Amino acid sequence: MSNQKLLLLGDEAIAQGAMDAGLSGMYAYPGTPSTEIMEYFQASKQAEELKIQRTWSANEKTAMETALGMSYAGKRTMVAMKHVGLNVAADAYVNSAITGVNGGLIVVAADDPSMHSSQNEQDSRFYAKFSLLPVFEPINHQEAYDMAYKGLEFSEKFGLPVMIRITTRLAHSRAGVTRLPQLPQNELKLPKNPTQFVLLPSIARVQYKELLSKQDLMEKAGEEMGYNTYFDAADKSKGIIACGLAYNYLVENYPDQKVPFPVLKVSQYPVPKSLVKKIASECNELIILEEGAPILEELIKGYLEKENVKGRLDGTLPRDGELNPNLVALAMGLPSVEGKPVPSVVTSRPPAMCQGCGHIDAYNALNVALADYGKGRVFSDIGCYTLGAYPPFNAINSCVDMGASITMAKGAADAGLVPAVSVIGDSTFTHSGMTGLLDAVNDKSPITVMISDNFTTGMTGGQDSAALGKIEDICAGLGVEPEHIRVFTPVKSKHDEMVQIIKEELAYNGVSVIIPRRQCVQTMKNKNLAEKIKELGLR
Amino acid sequence: MKTDIILAGVGGQGILSIAASLGMAALANDLQIKQAEVHGMSQRGGAVQSHMRISDKEIASDLIAKGGADLILSVEPMESLRYLPYLHETGWLVTNITPFVNINNYPEIDAVMTEIKKIRNHIAINADAIAEEIGSKRSSNIVMLGAASPFIDIPFEKFEIGIRQIFGRKGEEVVKANLAALRAGREFSQKNR
Repeated sequence: MSNQKLLLLGDEAIAQGAMDAGLSGMYAYPGTPSTEIMEYFQASKQAEELKIQRTWSANEKTAMETALGMSYAGKRTMVAMKHVGLNVAADAYVNSAITGVNGGLIVVAADDPSMHSSQNEQDSRFYAKFSLLPVFEPINHQEAYDMAYKGLEFSEKFGLPVMIRITTRLAHSRAGVTRLPQLPQNELKLPKNPTQFVLLPSIARVQYKELLSKQDLMEKAGEEMGYNTYFDAADKSKGIIACGLAYNYLVENYPDQKVPFPVLKVSQYPVPKSLVKKIASECNELIILEEGAPILEELIKGYLEKENVKGRLDGTLPRDGELNPNLVALAMGLPSVEGKPVPSVVTSRPPAMCQGCGHIDAYNALNVALADYGKGRVFSDIGCYTLGAYPPFNAINSCVDMGASITMAKGAADAGLVPAVSVIGDSTFTHSGMTGLLDAVNDKSPITVMISDNFTTGMTGGQDSAALGKIEDICAGLGVEPEHIRVFTPVKSKHDEMVQIIKEELAYNGVSVIIPRRQCVQTMKNKNLAEKIKELGLR
Repeated sequence: MKTDIILAGVGGQGILSIAASLGMAALANDLQIKQAEVHGMSQRGGAVQSHMRISDKEIASDLIAKGGADLILSVEPMESLRYLPYLHETGWLVTNITPFVNINNYPEIDAVMTEIKKIRNHIAINADAIAEEIGSKRSSNIVMLGAASPFIDIPFEKFEIGIRQIFGRKGEEVVKANLAALRAGREFSQKNR
């Protein structure tokens, strides 16, 4: 271990903290802003030397369950996902509250308020509250490191999974971090209670009572760890409760970071009730600053609105979107000075598919092939190809959640919209598309599924795709007729041929899979991938 | 000491390499930094920015407040204007003048330059031309860093240390080219400020 500070992203600070605390397995599916956690493990010499398991999972649910299995075997483990990934992992996450853990288990949920790269801005703290599980919410890189390091111990002490909730700004911001001593990995060790992980009703009822009984103890432990801190001040006309990053935006607005009002910084949950009561009883009104949904605000304000509480619900702060120093200044009644307005000459520059991207050629062919059927029948999915919604393509009509393209196309076909088309990427297909395809096969639904295969998880920066070299076999295995699985290379020179193939399959009254296949241009320098592609004979 | 910098450009233009070099320079001068980046969807050819905060005291917010930036450092002229609400009235706008056109409705470059010239403290530099002149086409980003360096309260030799650390792995030739780019950019700003 070196004493020199490391310059790390928030994501990387969490990874390094867990690695130093004796982690044995890291599991994840790529998703902005969580992706760099696993990437840090995969690039780390330390992880290599420590033989830490660190391959991408097929989706967040398989990642969460695999981590739970490693915890069962007594070792320390971590699973990371973006906020909407927790929806996918929710079945395992919520039930892991009842099984509890054996080896320490951290679930990192990276939220994306303001939807920089997401389809909603749900707040993962809701999941933890609903599951009765503890949460750490770091305000800076050192806390992120420390919470991962100490969170594993906390998890083992209380026998429960611990969530670390971060948001985009911390995940993708860089700052210095000081490390703690490297701890050894746990030995393989089965749970003391052999039925701990058997959630038969008779067992689950007992363990649920245990979970309930741990709530007050966790709250007390939270006060002792020092992440929830009460800063007293003379002016009691208002008190401020600041959760997570909101604390930074608050102190940023005062000289030397000294706020003239009492401040309760909340970085650990269950909510520190005694500290909340203290600040509420001492101050005339409360301002609640939360990066995300008004969870504490709703709890404290209540339906009866007994306390004089201000925040996102009464318009003191916007109800939606990410906070920043200016919004918090306004909420505190401070002047917020802006520079010059953006000149009208500045036009928007939305993200676009890269020059030379295979998705572009696939969409150009699909649009022509569909022209005779009319618009409004293309259900798409989550990935770079979602950018096909923008001009000049205007090629898709939906993007909802991972895998929904296939199932929504089936539902629309069931309703009589024939043919219905699905557009999905290779990684998204093995994440959550396969089961939907089975539904369609079993019903012989008249849908055409375009799996645009670029050998990678592109939008998040070119991570491994679990689908590599397996797509035709998976489709055939699920029962798609081999003559209706059509593979071609999406390039300009083959445009007419592509249009012809797509037209033929649109006309087929059953499930067709068409696979435009060409490597993502962003991954051309990836030697590892080039070798695998060659080995599998994919080009 | 405090310098708050908005780095601006288009996804793929490599503003993060400027940020990394600058971060190293700040660390070499024993300063604290926080640097918020954009990853994910916008990296695909969209407008991207990075908030770089350097201070000798602890930094709270990862984001710079609007009206609080001491410097906008942009590798693309139109993008430099997108962040004007962040610029303090005494702050500097340092921008490359080579447009990156990946949209159909990119404005007339003259109209963009007119707006840039309205900013009292501005440096408009043809970083691509300077990089080509010194025989290092790929170093235009470091020309930009050099052009911004007079407005950042860090001794110039620390910038050179930053460059050595970031490019050291790529060999002495690359280091030399980037140091030349850094100096050329700095010289331009000193002559034209």
